[in-house]
Amino acid sequence: MTDFRHSFLPTVGEQETEILAALGIKSIDELFSDIPSKFQLKTRLKIPDSLSEIEVTRKIAEQLAQNWKSPKGEGFLGGGVWHHVIPETVKAIVNRTEFLTAYTPYQSEISQGMLQALFEYQSLIAELVELPVVNASMYDWASALGEAALMASRVTKRQKFLVPNLIAPNRRGVLNTYTNPAGMNIDSIGYDPVSGQLDLEQLKTLVDKDTAGVYFENPAYLGYLQSEVDAMAEITHDAGALLVVGIDPISLGIIRAPGNYGADIVIGEGQPLGSPINLGGPLLGIFASRDERKLIRQLPGRIIGLTTAQSSGQRGFVMTIQAREQHIRREKATSNICSNQALSAVTAAIYLALLGPSGLVQIGETILQLRHYAERQLNALEGVKAPLFEAPHFKEFVYQIKNTKHSSSAGLPIRTVLKSVQERGILAGIPLDQSFPDFGQSALVCVTEVHTQAAIDSLSKTLQQTMEGRQ
Amino acid sequence: MKFQQAKWDEALLFERSRAGAIGYSFPAVSKAVQQALPKPTSTLPKDLRRSTPPSLPELSEPEVMQHFVRLSQMNYCVDLGLYPLGSCTMKFNPPMNEEVIKNPQFSLLHPHQDCSTLQGILQIFYELQQWLSEITGMDDFSLQPAAGAQGELAGVLIIRAYHADHGNLESRREIIIPDSAHGTNPASAAMAGFDVVVVPSNEQGQVDLKALESAVSEKTAGLMLTNPNTLGLFEQKIEKIAEIVHKAGGLLYYDGANLNANLGRVRPGDMGFDIIHTNLHKTFATPHGGGGPGAGPVGVKASLAPYLPIPVIVFDGENYSLDIERPKSIGRTHGFLGNAAVLLKAYAYIMRMGWQGLHAVSDHAVLNANYIMKKIQGFKGFSVPYASGVWRKHEVVFSAKQLEQDTGVNARDVAKALLDRGLHAPTFYFPSIVEEALMIEPTETFGKAELDRFIDAFREIAEQAYTNVDIVCKTPQNTAIDRLDEVKAAHPRTMALTWRMFQQSQK
Repeated sequence: MTDFRHSFLPTVGEQETEILAALGIKSIDELFSDIPSKFQLKTRLKIPDSLSEIEVTRKIAEQLAQNWKSPKGEGFLGGGVWHHVIPETVKAIVNRTEFLTAYTPYQSEISQGMLQALFEYQSLIAELVELPVVNASMYDWASALGEAALMASRVTKRQKFLVPNLIAPNRRGVLNTYTNPAGMNIDSIGYDPVSGQLDLEQLKTLVDKDTAGVYFENPAYLGYLQSEVDAMAEITHDAGALLVVGIDPISLGIIRAPGNYGADIVIGEGQPLGSPINLGGPLLGIFASRDERKLIRQLPGRIIGLTTAQSSGQRGFVMTIQAREQHIRREKATSNICSNQALSAVTAAIYLALLGPSGLVQIGETILQLRHYAERQLNALEGVKAPLFEAPHFKEFVYQIKNTKHSSSAGLPIRTVLKSVQERGILAGIPLDQSFPDFGQSALVCVTEVHTQAAIDSLSKTLQQTMEGRQ
Repeated sequence: MKFQQAKWDEALLFERSRAGAIGYSFPAVSKAVQQALPKPTSTLPKDLRRSTPPSLPELSEPEVMQHFVRLSQMNYCVDLGLYPLGSCTMKFNPPMNEEVIKNPQFSLLHPHQDCSTLQGILQIFYELQQWLSEITGMDDFSLQPAAGAQGELAGVLIIRAYHADHGNLESRREIIIPDSAHGTNPASAAMAGFDVVVVPSNEQGQVDLKALESAVSEKTAGLMLTNPNTLGLFEQKIEKIAEIVHKAGGLLYYDGANLNANLGRVRPGDMGFDIIHTNLHKTFATPHGGGGPGAGPVGVKASLAPYLPIPVIVFDGENYSLDIERPKSIGRTHGFLGNAAVLLKAYAYIMRMGWQGLHAVSDHAVLNANYIMKKIQGFKGFSVPYASGVWRKHEVVFSAKQLEQDTGVNARDVAKALLDRGLHAPTFYFPSIVEEALMIEPTETFGKAELDRFIDAFREIAEQAYTNVDIVCKTPQNTAIDRLDEVKAAHPRTMALTWRMFQQSQK
């Protein structure tokens, strides 16, 4: 081992000898001599030999090349993580080592940069959702939902939480993981099969004195918008429950802010705000609430606050209301979360600072137009219904494959269609046949500002060729 | 050279806003797309249309750049120097890893893609599961958890699922945790629905076996432990501890926060631990990003593999796929595959280090911690409580109690005085079993010169405390700002958690 050298390790040769001498020992092994010998590893770890940087990057590039290459740009997959344009300035700033290689800003005086950036993230999100309290991030939308349900239960001291039947299966899965140990009951709210809209009459019967919270998403998982939001808020609040709304922040330049229609807690996925897809992680869990003592005291996660310096009086930032948190409150903490997604939050702050109000409106309108165009092109195809739900949509929609007069393709399963389209270089949606069998042979497709008219035309043309059984 | 951090008087984005400025623009849509829907928001139902755009600041691109670069200059980072937060393992984050994840054949991958299109990355993650198993002495891993605390939660939920599966969940209500444990341990246990039983440390700073024996019962679900513990001491009676817990019917959980001491030397799985989480952002060199994202994969012995969070990546000899058919699984903890980019960086790091490198990492991390202990323990006012003369592992905890009694300078003051010398402070006031605690983990990243700079700063502060208290108590002066009013920040009347909240309070 002694002749092993590595560029990450500065302590070699004379330096090591000097330290050993200062400790009065001959070898590093002596420092481990108190470990019972039966547990001391006698053989080397079965991990490959150390490699140089260029060998590692080459090897990983070769491995990644085994993934399927999309020759026609970004696919049309969404479902909780989406392709969006990332401004170069976002990347340039967020890769600065001062942000990248810092720890949680425990020592505020030497960490003002990160603290102010996170405070600005909180402030920017507050304007988007129109709620004055925002935390410094959760892991992702899914865990934010779990935490929101737990928080609603703590605030109301009630155990029932209502969610739409048509929620992302993975998100619902995480919600169950978080709420089962607390003994919460998660009930589903039904929907209108034509429009996808939540059944308000049923909601009225479901909401009762044990209901901690009612949750819905705008846009919903399947892309359409949920209207009658004021009525939903009223039904929820009449029962003394909290209204929790899930959002896609990139829609909020054009879509009404949930804080404006009575949301008590707003959660969502911040990945669209400047973070790459990266196979679905890291993401950014948004978490906001109304400014009320009983809510603030139950918030999960880190929160940055504005304050002043003790002697200079200068404005500054600190981590605050930490008495909720695990390092102080231990088993009585509002959550166990410690590390969060701080850098993803800074990413979102830079992104929103660049776009500003007009940029956010522009991207919202652009997405509406492109999605509408895609919807129309797909619906024009024989054997395709798009969108499946008769409701306004944002950036995603469901299309359904029906029987066609082309005998060769009558009743093609959606997976066969998608596979065939994929072989032509296009990812044409997430199949819903297993997660939502009620909708038959259908897929969830996503269109954003990354897609050009040409890309959408190519999607519909390829889909048509596949449906017609042409090669 | 005297340290002076940048002191920009940098206003908030909102205050810098100028009406009409734009920082980014998107291309106009094509004519055909435009004509298909000339007035896009007209399709929105009235009750969902936003009447006025959000009150976001308006800045040009160079102004945004300037703003954040100035902020960055007011932020310490491990690339500047020693960042000795105990149990945080602030080590070198290889730039190579940041390049690896920029490869579009990773960054553009979508988690809803068919597994047949993801074979390259799934192979990488499968190998990572295997490497983590080998390093920790476990049999299987799930890469789902997005951070250490979520890994802990997953681990305790596995304990819960195990007892539920054996029909004992009703009776096994308690998780035992030493008083020196990280705060996330009891918080995770509570989130998983357990009661927390705290066992005290003995005079040697180790788990008190008699207390443990009387704490275990038919109610015991498990024990959460780090080894080495937060004092940097190896729990020498680990075999007995495991025996006591297992005999009582409980499971043994290993908090991987302190794994950097163990690589290639000793493995939790061999010591009797049943479950472990690892912090890839500590031991495996992925950057902390100012608080995250991290990753907290959770590993188990073979008998507990059915409970792992889904999906687990499996290999049938030909293809890699996501195993979601685990009926006994605790379920998902993340919407997709965990913090995938962080996982890829950790994989690259392990490959770069190899078995030799990992072994050397722990050797040097432990060597450095003991060097700091040896040097600083002689300074007037400081002591190393518990187990005098016993080597520490990756970290060492000093008490500034004597200093505080003699001079009034406390652990916080020492920490702030270190900041003034261009060094990050240690973790302070933790573990709580040490009064005026200063918990130091240097890691393997720093050589003797940087350690000596830290030791010299400590010496100087100790001397100053006995000669000129005021100077120490007025630190920091060379940072972007002096000590902040934390009471004001948290007080309901002055609390301002966003610009929106601040403005409302000013009305």
